[in-house]
Amino acid sequence: MLMATLVGGLVLGGTYALVAMGLTIQYGIARTMNLAYGETMIAASFAAYLIHNTLGVSPVLGLAIIAPAGFVFGWLVYGILLRPLVARSKNIASLEINSILATFGLLFVIQGVMLVVFGGNYISYNYLNFGIEVLGVRVAANRLLVLFLAFVIGGGLFLLLTRTRWGTALRAVAVNPAAAPLVGIDANRAARFAFALGGALAASGGVVVSMYQTFTASSGVVFTMKALIVVIMGGVGNLAGALCAGLILGLSETLVATYISPGLTMAAVYIIFLGILLWRPSGLFGKVGK
Amino acid sequence: MSALLEIQNITKRFGGLTAVDDLSFDVAEGEVLALLGPNGSGKTTMMNIISGALKPTEGRITLAGEQITGLPPHRVAAKGVARTFQLVKILPSLDVRENVIAALAFRRDALWGQEAQDEADRLLVNAGLSARGGEMVENLTYIDQKRVELARALASQPRLLLLDEWLAGLNPTELRVGIDLIAGLRDAGMTILLVEHVMEAVRALCNRCVVMNVGSKIADGDTDAVLNDPGVVRAYLGTADA
Amino acid sequence: MKLTYGIPAALAALVVLACAPLFVGPYWLGLLIGLAGYVTLASAWALFSGRTGYVSLATVAFFGIGAYTVAVLSEAMPYPVVLLVAAGIGLGVALLVGLATLRLEGVYFVVFSFGLAELVRQLVTWYETSINGTLGRYIFLDFGPEHIYWQLLALAVVTLLLTWWIGRSRLGLALKVIADDETVASHIGINIAWTKITLFAVSAVIMTLVGAIQSPRWTYVEPAIVFNPTVSFMTLIMALFGGAGRLWGPALGAIPLFLLFEWLSANFPDHYSILLGLLFIIIVFLLPRGVVGLFDDRFGTRRAEVQPAASGEGAGK
Repeated sequence: MLMATLVGGLVLGGTYALVAMGLTIQYGIARTMNLAYGETMIAASFAAYLIHNTLGVSPVLGLAIIAPAGFVFGWLVYGILLRPLVARSKNIASLEINSILATFGLLFVIQGVMLVVFGGNYISYNYLNFGIEVLGVRVAANRLLVLFLAFVIGGGLFLLLTRTRWGTALRAVAVNPAAAPLVGIDANRAARFAFALGGALAASGGVVVSMYQTFTASSGVVFTMKALIVVIMGGVGNLAGALCAGLILGLSETLVATYISPGLTMAAVYIIFLGILLWRPSGLFGKVGK
Repeated sequence: MSALLEIQNITKRFGGLTAVDDLSFDVAEGEVLALLGPNGSGKTTMMNIISGALKPTEGRITLAGEQITGLPPHRVAAKGVARTFQLVKILPSLDVRENVIAALAFRRDALWGQEAQDEADRLLVNAGLSARGGEMVENLTYIDQKRVELARALASQPRLLLLDEWLAGLNPTELRVGIDLIAGLRDAGMTILLVEHVMEAVRALCNRCVVMNVGSKIADGDTDAVLNDPGVVRAYLGTADA
Repeated sequence: MKLTYGIPAALAALVVLACAPLFVGPYWLGLLIGLAGYVTLASAWALFSGRTGYVSLATVAFFGIGAYTVAVLSEAMPYPVVLLVAAGIGLGVALLVGLATLRLEGVYFVVFSFGLAELVRQLVTWYETSINGTLGRYIFLDFGPEHIYWQLLALAVVTLLLTWWIGRSRLGLALKVIADDETVASHIGINIAWTKITLFAVSAVIMTLVGAIQSPRWTYVEPAIVFNPTVSFMTLIMALFGGAGRLWGPALGAIPLFLLFEWLSANFPDHYSILLGLLFIIIVFLLPRGVVGLFDDRFGTRRAEVQPAASGEGAGK
């Protein structure tokens, strides 16, 4: 029982970590708080569902189309919706408020479109839904695949950011957006690229979620919320922090759902969030004092 | 004279950097004490620790025998400490009178309404700003903004006034006026701790000086003796204008 | 001064509004109830967010708490006591949230408020299904819609008076000083955290009461109905549209937008949330100096530089 819970928590935690990585890049580098992040994810979940059920194509292959689509979507959203706000915001504080408001509007637009197209029902599909024996417990194959994908995508991202020139430029912008142009980095392009990359990660997260969870057109808010909590727990812009925080959150949720009540997972998440905020306001792995 | 403010073994570390290192001194009731030292020696950090803007890593601070160590600024203010800031801090959306009323309204023995208006005008007259109450502070000259800041600090009815380079950036005429203003406060019995680089003002206003260098106290005593101390002169020369 | 005309005009308008139920049919009365509710919600929202710069997305959490308290307690206690209990619960939640988040950077507050409604909704659902055994509840209260309307109208008036009074009180001055410079504020003796928490609590209690008073309109109540995020969203748009820093702004924003939303939901029920979102984005874009500019208006031009919402260095430590 405990072992199964731990594996379940690991899968969930891997998903959260993956999802939160996209958000931490968008918030840490592009300095925009994207409240429509979860809706982007769920849109990708619907896309994976369509690809699987109508075309019979595996969602893993679907990822090859959906993730780039998420990238393009993020690129467009940043260029059309956020870029004008960045241009007119006097400082980071007003940019944060403006981006929160604009993406809050976007949230309702995307959600509304999904409600019109797919309705409000719970959706799921059968993919690799058979058990595999791991460490003495039977785990659904789709969950193992999810864990594997989370690590591959997350690891790839980590390498991209730490080992390439592009990645270094992005991290430079995250640390000091004002100084980045001094060393020849186009902060605007970097921000747009980071936002688009976040969109690709959101889409990947959505596909991954759809492989083993049911979802509805209005599930996005909860994912945005949890991703935000993971980002803050892990320290804004901190990928390793997001990974640890995601795993902590996933494990605690699964433990609460198994041993207390599935209806209280959100409450558990909030209690952890509050505890972290009061104990370490800049996150578990954030720099103290910003 | 008894000590109003006692600084005991205060240390403040920022990560690996020690800004204030085991500093102790007293300020007597009614005394005007100058805290001197080259730039970066930890004077402003010490002012921030006293006013509650920073928490010390170690040590204790008492005001009239009462512990104020680590209290947040609004509680230190309620105990009777008021201050001005190194870079003048005014409230730009308020007019001159409202800047002072802001302090009157939140001091321990708070004033509001007509009483506050009258008291604010009285304080402004004393600060040399008679009939300027209705102007927006942003339109005032630098020295007048400093006067507003001083009037606001005095509006809190402090037992201890902290002046952080209040005289910096004034021209010679303004400086004369500024020194006279502080001298007036001293003669009225106000206890003042000031950080100052203008030695002319220090000589005119203070009987006693404490000198800091790299976070530690290197001299404490009579102004003339301290300013002629070879160690103090060495600490200053080449690092800051005397 | 314009006040000399303003007060008689406002009183005359109030008399007309108070008498309206005697002349209009049920459809229009329903519209007036919704309008009074949103005028109050938007004004209460602006009372806190317009004066502190903290964008609250939690309106419906308090609104829903109010509505649900009435649903649970309406048969167990006299109605005025139920309202008091609802206000008390709203106050408790507001203090808890405020204490936890308002001392930190503004963005934590936004994130927290974003999920608060969902949290409360899940907790209520959990309680109803695992402890109580049923999800929905019926509200049987002996009111006509005109009683609900009058209560809401009174609450709207109280909210506006309170906003006006706070603007002239020491609390209002404290808010202006905090908006200008948090360092100065704390050094002249203002308790910044408590000032913000007080205002948040006042605003939250009003929102809770709106939900409590409106709940008998539904007759049947379940978490998904009363914790509908659209309420937070509409409140926010209305307040921003009208100007969150002005006394009448949120009310003036609420009237045209509420009527527009009514028309949209009647004519485009399926595309309602898309249109709502687009409208919101347009409002954010068309305000010449950005939405934050509306906060600026009240506090002068330097406002944005000391924007406490997200920079908040002075607020944290």
